[in-house]
Amino acid sequence: MMDLRLNGFLALAVLLASLASLFSGGSGIGFETLTGLLAGSDDLDVLILGELRAPRVLLGLLIGSGLGAAGAVLQGYFRNPLADPGVVGVSASAGLGAVIALYFGLSASFVYAVPVSAVGGAALGVGVLLLLAGARASATTLILAGVAVGAIATALTGLLMNMAPNPWALSEIAYWLMGSLKDASWNEVRFAAPIIISGLLVLALTPRSLDTLSLGEETARSLGVDMARLRFLVIGGAALVVGGGVAVSGAIGFVGLVVPHLLRPFVAYRPGALILPSALGGAVLIVLADLTTRLMSGPGMPLYLGVLTALLGAPFFLWLVRSTQRNAP
Amino acid sequence: MTRLTLDDISLNYGDRAALENVSLDLEGGALVALVGPNGAGKSTLLRICGGLLDASRGSIRLDDAPLGEVTLAKRARTIAYLAPDGRSAWPMSVRRIVALGRAPYLKPLRALSDEDETQIDTALARAGIAHLADRSFATLSSGERARVLLARALATQADVLLLDEPTAALDPQHQLAVMGILKAEAERGVLVILAAHALDLVARYSDQVVLLEQGHIIADGPAQDSLSEAHIARVFGVSAPGGIKPTELELSD
Repeated sequence: MMDLRLNGFLALAVLLASLASLFSGGSGIGFETLTGLLAGSDDLDVLILGELRAPRVLLGLLIGSGLGAAGAVLQGYFRNPLADPGVVGVSASAGLGAVIALYFGLSASFVYAVPVSAVGGAALGVGVLLLLAGARASATTLILAGVAVGAIATALTGLLMNMAPNPWALSEIAYWLMGSLKDASWNEVRFAAPIIISGLLVLALTPRSLDTLSLGEETARSLGVDMARLRFLVIGGAALVVGGGVAVSGAIGFVGLVVPHLLRPFVAYRPGALILPSALGGAVLIVLADLTTRLMSGPGMPLYLGVLTALLGAPFFLWLVRSTQRNAP
Repeated sequence: MTRLTLDDISLNYGDRAALENVSLDLEGGALVALVGPNGAGKSTLLRICGGLLDASRGSIRLDDAPLGEVTLAKRARTIAYLAPDGRSAWPMSVRRIVALGRAPYLKPLRALSDEDETQIDTALARAGIAHLADRSFATLSSGERARVLLARALATQADVLLLDEPTAALDPQHQLAVMGILKAEAERGVLVILAAHALDLVARYSDQVVLLEQGHIIADGPAQDSLSEAHIARVFGVSAPGGIKPTELELSD
């Protein structure tokens, strides 16, 4: 009952945030533009709403829900509130994949080069992670392996930027890495939606196992949890939602860290019950944060979404580390 | 009655033999204590009994079926395991933690059934912690936590109950309470197997004591035989004139 009320409230928040984002901004778009859109008008306002803002909001919802759900699942799996898609190195590997495509200019010959390469990078990162951590790794081993994978991906990304052939390539990579939805179009939505939605479905298979995992791996196994299957679902689901998101928007950090942490008390600390609210909460956060960047950006000086979430998220991370230490037994 | 039969079980960790040629025949209705120094193989043996570890050699059977061929779901309903480190990663309520013991019965996407709720209430009552049901696990004392996790194991209604040092770090009152609960389970027909160091408690409550040393069974029988002066001197290197005597402590009203 409690869960139903929370999820209902968050779904309403998703709707309101989406409407706010659709109808706020420079041009005089109002609700009457919506009827124009439905009537098939090719008015400029209608184009802005239908071709710029709508895909941007939709992409924000997809990416935010993926990051929120992945954060909740990873924290449940690692039994650690500090776990985040970034921690297992998936974001960094996806970023490396995308940078490789940008660096070699692959997108000139193939429109989807960056997204495909980013998902490939995420998958490779996960593969290396499993290889490093082994089939029966403890959560701690997996976290350490994830940090190592992330470090390698970041180092290689740095190397590519270091060797960038010209300032233009360097700045393209640098801006992309900052994370943004400003170039969102229906193309990005069409590419990212199937990947992120299938990842969300995979993550939706984990709640029961995550609940029993609260009491440790051996207890979970004694209660019938197949740990190898769970590990596969967690890593596969996280790779799909994070890889799919990073592919189209660059790196947007800390959403998967902040959202589950704030919502956890409202689901009575049950890791399984936290996944859906975190997906909804992540969607709200990204859409509102993206709206903020749009409203705060000046002419010729865009504020990047990834920069904003990092500015807000990093101090929160520090505070969380401190409070986790203080509460440690 | 459920029967657990271990036939010539051996397990190696690298070069070291954790268990060697262990054979046991255990039947429901008994409280069996695994006793021995640290590293004797008690925890390893418990994990093998629970199917959480695979033996290098030998066979283990649950009733008539090899344990490895029992489905994960059936094994989880038949054998409950209480891990030695009593923690919960998240400060959930006591009732929600005990409810995790019902996990082997849950169908996908369904809430707890009335039967589940009844069994949770029964487990809370048997462990004597019904009054703690709505408390947060994080706010409990270690004695209370031990009983909550025991209730979690009881809620599964398993025929076999495996417990790794359930009385460790408990004060005398909680030790007696926990042993009393386990004794009652055995009297209801459950096969209770525990690893323990508190020899006077073992002597008082056990029907069968398996004495282990470096992966070998030294003695297997009633407490007064397994915990004799000679055995204790050999295995633990301490002297217990006349053998281990049952604790005389009683719970006061």
